[in-house]
Amino acid sequence: MAAVKPLLETHGLGRSFGGLRAVDGVDFSLPEGETHAIIGPNGAGKTTFVSLICGRVAPTDGRVVFDGKDISLMPAHKRVRAGIAYTFQITSVFANLTAFDNVALAVQRQLIDDHERGLSSRALTEHGVDALQKVGLGDHADKVAGNLSYGHQRLLEVAMGLALRPRLLILDEPTQGLSDSEIENFIALVRQIGEEATVLLIEHNMDVVMALAERITVMEQGRILAQGAPAEIRANQAVQQAYLGG
Amino acid sequence: MTRLTPSTKSIALHVGVVLLLLALNFLLPEYHRGVFARVLVLAVFAMGYNLAFGYTGLLSLGHAMFFAAGLYGAGLTIYHLEWSVWPAFGAGLAAGVVVALAVGFLALRTTGVAFMIVTLMFAQVFYLMTLYFTTYTRGEEGLVLPQETRVLGFPGGVLDLSDPSTRYLVALSLFAIVLAAILFLVRAPYGRSLIAIRENEERMRMLGYDVFANKLMAVVLSGLFCAASGAAYAVLFGYVGSGFAAIQYSILPLLWVLVGGAATTLGPLIGTLFMFYVIDTASSYTTAHLMVVGLVLIGVILFFPKGIIGTVRERWLPWLP
Repeated sequence: MAAVKPLLETHGLGRSFGGLRAVDGVDFSLPEGETHAIIGPNGAGKTTFVSLICGRVAPTDGRVVFDGKDISLMPAHKRVRAGIAYTFQITSVFANLTAFDNVALAVQRQLIDDHERGLSSRALTEHGVDALQKVGLGDHADKVAGNLSYGHQRLLEVAMGLALRPRLLILDEPTQGLSDSEIENFIALVRQIGEEATVLLIEHNMDVVMALAERITVMEQGRILAQGAPAEIRANQAVQQAYLGG
Repeated sequence: MTRLTPSTKSIALHVGVVLLLLALNFLLPEYHRGVFARVLVLAVFAMGYNLAFGYTGLLSLGHAMFFAAGLYGAGLTIYHLEWSVWPAFGAGLAAGVVVALAVGFLALRTTGVAFMIVTLMFAQVFYLMTLYFTTYTRGEEGLVLPQETRVLGFPGGVLDLSDPSTRYLVALSLFAIVLAAILFLVRAPYGRSLIAIRENEERMRMLGYDVFANKLMAVVLSGLFCAASGAAYAVLFGYVGSGFAAIQYSILPLLWVLVGGAATTLGPLIGTLFMFYVIDTASSYTTAHLMVVGLVLIGVILFFPKGIIGTVRERWLPWLP
């Protein structure tokens, strides 16, 4: 296997809430281009772990290194501009704005930094429509986000992440509450995204994990329990115990 | 027939409002022209407040300090340093920006109720300072700016700001400039970001926006407009007193904006005008005019829950900015 430079690394990353070690000294490495899933029982620290990566939560100890640079002290909005996009576990779209305006806010931010293209209303429309079409919401651009179905709101959430043109896209339980047919489309979508970006996925639905992940990390009680290819994880005794309590 | 786009319609409406106000200078009886001049200046105060409260969602209870910073910035330099009106007006604006920058920098570390209390406290400090330095401000009694200091120099002549018609037109000019600035601002990408921050701050942060810097900019612009109103008030009406720094002048713009419609461009004008005439009319009939005002406000809340313009926009004219 070729030595691929990791896009993201964490060294001894930890976060305590009072006496609780939500994330406990995690060493983690994610090569560029990989689609990686994090699984684990509820309360294992998965969301806290990715929140430490994207900067929503400050670490109590350890370091986060993105693209060779230590970003442990960088505020969240700068990490987003450095290329880390996060989609929320609980759908967090702008309910009063149209689907297009939601995406436009992401595009606008991205274009402000992109001095070549610059912020013009044409570029805004172009990229906004493009992001909506990628997730299959092209026909819903003018609908108010709050009136979209739950599944569509989740897709809109992903479109906002995509519009940022991230190098690392973090999806926090993206298929929660989606119907089976929606999940199928979603798998196809993430596969497509995975061709251009590195994807870090928190997911409970094992079918989705097995279909998408190139590698899997299993977390339990704030620590990494196991890491490996899907087949290895499936065969892992410790993982089976954690999940089945066997 | 070509259909007008929302953007042309809204620009036409705003130009129309300014032209109507211009015509009123020649049509209104003397007393009402005086009231309107005052309303136009204070509507600028309300528009500045609306930028922070309506568009950005920052419920400040201390905006009197920005108005008073402009008022004293202009008034004190004219009274004590014998500055002419232009530089004094500039001093008022600068004072507003400096106060807004300092207060915003500290107060924006808090949100919600804490933000209300912190802004209220800062405004109270400012108010007490105007009383403490009574040697210069003459406190509640205030300073009256002599008529000969209130002239606006132009290349080729001077304007006497105590003349009713000049005063009205200068007030209208300031109003029109600020209205145009606000209209431009809220339709620009920056304005959309402010509204989005109001709606969902955490999401904006995770879209890469520096929420603190955006809010601070909103407070500074808001402070600038409020200070412009205060400085104009000093030079147009010739009186500078502590009363304008007191708590009621922090509550009034909130009231005007709520009655007229928060996060609408014309709401602050309508709200200020409406409240002025309700109080004016009620107090000419009864000494218990605050009771009438209270009843009218209850009526407004019942029938116009989002303020007058806000409700018009919601029910009939969705294109209103």
